[in-house]
Amino acid sequence: MGQTIAEKILEAHRIGGDQQVEPGNVVRAKVDFVLLNDANGPVAFRHFANMGGGKVAAPEKVGLVCDHFAPAPSAAGARMLGDMRRFARDKGIELFFDVGKGGIEHTLIPEQGYIGPGNLVAGGDSHTGTAGAFNAFGTGMSWAGMAAIMMLDETWFRVPESMRFHLHGTKAPYVTGKDVILQILQDIGVDGALYRSMEFGGPGIAQFNIDERMGICNMVVEAGAKTGIVEADDITRAWAEQTCKRSWSLVNADADAQYASRHELDLARMRPMVAKPYSPENVVSVDHLSGIHVDQVYMGNCANGTLSDLRQIASVLKGRKVARGTRAMIVPATQKIYLQAMAEGLIEQFIEAGAAVSTPTCGACFGGHNGALDDGEVAFATINRNFKGRGGHAGAQVYLGNSYVAAATAVAGEIIDPARL
Amino acid sequence: MMFSGKVHKLGDSIDTDVMVPGRYLSLLDPAEIAKHIFEEVDPGFVGRVRPGDVIVAGRNFGAGSGREQAPFGLKALGIGCIVAASFSRTFYRMSIDLGLPILISPEVAAAAQDGQTIEVDTRNGIVRLDGVSYQAEPMPAFIQEIIDLGGVTGWVKREVAQRRAAGAA
Repeated sequence: MGQTIAEKILEAHRIGGDQQVEPGNVVRAKVDFVLLNDANGPVAFRHFANMGGGKVAAPEKVGLVCDHFAPAPSAAGARMLGDMRRFARDKGIELFFDVGKGGIEHTLIPEQGYIGPGNLVAGGDSHTGTAGAFNAFGTGMSWAGMAAIMMLDETWFRVPESMRFHLHGTKAPYVTGKDVILQILQDIGVDGALYRSMEFGGPGIAQFNIDERMGICNMVVEAGAKTGIVEADDITRAWAEQTCKRSWSLVNADADAQYASRHELDLARMRPMVAKPYSPENVVSVDHLSGIHVDQVYMGNCANGTLSDLRQIASVLKGRKVARGTRAMIVPATQKIYLQAMAEGLIEQFIEAGAAVSTPTCGACFGGHNGALDDGEVAFATINRNFKGRGGHAGAQVYLGNSYVAAATAVAGEIIDPARL
Repeated sequence: MMFSGKVHKLGDSIDTDVMVPGRYLSLLDPAEIAKHIFEEVDPGFVGRVRPGDVIVAGRNFGAGSGREQAPFGLKALGIGCIVAASFSRTFYRMSIDLGLPILISPEVAAAAQDGQTIEVDTRNGIVRLDGVSYQAEPMPAFIQEIIDLGGVTGWVKREVAQRRAAGAA
């Protein structure tokens, strides 16, 4: 019987056991990469010690990234960062990225070439599925489970059922990967892919570069999915050949693979989409919103802090100003992206437009720091979640959308279609 | 394990941001986190929970951010067990790994009323509401094994011991 991408990747990483790689079965497997940040790492380290501690079984597979409390917003945050440094030093973890040396984990680790096509990636963060942009199986897991992998160099996975999303048609200007995933969330809801693998393919996928594919896969968890994977094509191969430092192989589904469901997405009919408070499934076309004043526009995070996003923002902000009564914040996802954006003159344009530009951090995305919201404030953000309290105060409201719409909204002071600026 | 207590009834897609707001993610002590559960949306919740009480929720419980503070905060607060129509998968796996019993039962989720007396036999997946019994979905054998060992920490310790024994033989 044919296999889906998720099934093939699990098959390639399975160790022993009599359970076949079929949906619903539990298989034991070795992963290629273990990704921890400064929010989940310190908790995983405590579990690791409780499990007996000692040496990390495969330290070369572990990546530790300081992004949530980086730079430290408080003494408590500084303590989390301190735990990361200590563990990295004590356990001989080479891939440790401190403040100023890295960026946001889901963008940074592939950018640095440590994960690639066909890889199996386990992370303590729920957005580990972003790895699917690179044709890898990435999934967020329990923090105790991450400690277990560091102890044993193995873990278990329930084999997910797969859903196939077939993209076709030619997309209009200002439509991005973000709109693909928001459209899907509108269609299937926040539990529409619960426990499943979402697999993206078809002729339309070639219109989305690696960065925009990250925007798609980043939010598969918002539909409840275990992972989301883009099928391998020339774009995947070119990226991998140029970037990957470790072993990789392109994986595509068999023609007779079994899917729990199949979905068609016509890109020609797709519009820039916006998720209204307080759920990522509460999605409407930007055309249905008018007169919504915005206090803050936040552009960045692990979904949309890529160089492509910064270029999209700049294309809208160039020669324009952020509206009076609205503040804009732009956060490149990694130091490398930040530097490239400077070289291209984008940072200068952002500052001249009146936007604040900051060092890479997850801060404001989870209402932690660097742009938290107060009661009654309204924000537009390119992030992935808009739950009650997500941006800071529970009385704040967050709308989600792509980088073009975010930049246009910053200029207009209200949510607007970039074509109408 | 057997739990008997009051039902705390919750809706669909209750996310971890409302369970434990992001600003508390630098708290690592379960007892401290327990004080802030549902603080923004239901400040009285913490005061109403008694040890052994049961949360009965709708679909997709624990949606959103993977935050271990959510299940371990609920456990520290005294929640004995959670029954839901379905769970977000990170929350599900975190709960199993921490030894917090969770059961899937759309029937119980539909029938239970807030404040009702509930009895749960987590080993056999049996839930009783006012004398009516419901059978929850059985756990896969491998997952039941982890729960029987009190969570993934017990499972890892057993694996390490077995590997040492195999290496010594």
